[in-house]
Amino acid sequence: MWAAVAGAFTNSVFGILRAYVLIALWQARPGLAGYDVIDAVTFCFITQAFIGPMQLFGGGLTIPERIRSGDIALDLVRPASLQACSLAEDLGRAAYLLLVRGIPPTMLGALMFGIVFPTGAGQWAAFLASFLLAVLVSFAWRYLVALSVCWLTDDRGIATVSLVLTTFFSGMMVPLSIFPGWLGDLASALPWAAMVQVPADVYLGKADLADALAFQALWAAVLLGLGALATHAIRHKVVIQGG
Amino acid sequence: MVRTYALLAWTWTRAAAAYPVSFALMVVFGFALAAVDVGVILVVFANTTSLAGFTRPEVLFLYGAANIAFSSVDMCVGNIDRISQHIKAGTFDAFLIRPASTWVQTTVDRFTPTRIGRVLQAVIVLGVAMAELDVPWQRVWMVPVMIATAMVIFASLWTLAGALQFVVTDAPEVCNAFTYGGGQLSQYPFSVYGRDLVRGVTYVVPLAFINWQPGLYVLGRDDPFGTPGFLRFAGPLAALLLALLAALAWRQGVRRYRSTGS
Repeated sequence: MWAAVAGAFTNSVFGILRAYVLIALWQARPGLAGYDVIDAVTFCFITQAFIGPMQLFGGGLTIPERIRSGDIALDLVRPASLQACSLAEDLGRAAYLLLVRGIPPTMLGALMFGIVFPTGAGQWAAFLASFLLAVLVSFAWRYLVALSVCWLTDDRGIATVSLVLTTFFSGMMVPLSIFPGWLGDLASALPWAAMVQVPADVYLGKADLADALAFQALWAAVLLGLGALATHAIRHKVVIQGG
Repeated sequence: MVRTYALLAWTWTRAAAAYPVSFALMVVFGFALAAVDVGVILVVFANTTSLAGFTRPEVLFLYGAANIAFSSVDMCVGNIDRISQHIKAGTFDAFLIRPASTWVQTTVDRFTPTRIGRVLQAVIVLGVAMAELDVPWQRVWMVPVMIATAMVIFASLWTLAGALQFVVTDAPEVCNAFTYGGGQLSQYPFSVYGRDLVRGVTYVVPLAFINWQPGLYVLGRDDPFGTPGFLRFAGPLAALLLALLAALAWRQGVRRYRSTGS
């Protein structure tokens, strides 16, 4: 419980610092990327709320530890899919973290700077759908990263690579829509965009809803499919460690 | 104290070097991770020529100076973050019976030399920014002074955060808001932040002396918040005061430690 409060506090502090930088940028360039200042601040606090549920800084899944300790052998002989079990666990954690770590910083942002809220139930429903798909994409990605430990044995290197890719290419630091030229086009086609940029745009009503959801669903399907293949592959690959 | 620290740091370095490929990769990855923050600054300046009155090389100068201090202190003192695990498990007992300072032992605990990649990245950014800025040589002396000051401030912050963990053992993450938050704050000129926030980090927690106040002197700029000129040089004094406070807090924290029973 206190850990969650501490997490929410830290999220808020970082949210406020990010918000000031974005405000300064949008004061220099009003209307940049089709956002006004309030949209930019909203973007900042909404994405800050994503950190916990989507585990954007990595972690969440215990698979790397279980591979290292050898417990993964037990998971693999269970008559249930490892991927489905991990997903169920991850969705539960996402719901909890959204409540305790996501919503308080956003409320604080609303009080300090003012943020926009979706108008009407339709836009809320659209955002919820997009948010769920984003959590799915995030899980599917982290699951792949976690399983790679079977081949790499050490998870720290790949975790750092994932952290760099996720924080930079998701829109977590600055919106992808202000990335210059080809870098912007590339970033908005990659799976990380489906985690942060797309649901934030759906929240703000800046995205074409059908396109946005289709893009997210496509990446979710691709990454979950790869995850299923990898789950199958590690049955042949896994080295049981530990005594 | 320095000898004990160096000896333990060298032990951990040798342990890490036992896996040379992993060691090299971690240095490179650390470099890449730090590059994300520079990437963000570059993306921001791809959209504007001036952010809250500061140009790209000026912001990179402030970023580089602060981050040399932040990442080297993170490497050398930041290990103190793990103190809450030792408090919870009761393993802090072992630190207390060894014939060396608890502060030295906790700061060097699992010393990770691979974080040098991040220091290197900050050095490069500062070098490039200084080359672009053409700072007059009469003011360059402030650069090493501000980096040393910033190191003392960050080390004190980490120590304070460590001492705080004796009280909030269950919520160590709250400490990140001050240590990593301080690092994040000093990546941008303080003119982007609100007036009250800047007042707070000037007069209450002296984060403004990491790079903002001395940086204004190096860049030859007036403070947009209109603080008096002598504050540009008050950094070392503020750092000293904070360090004294941190030392006191650390002693109090250790005194509070009650082990775990069994």
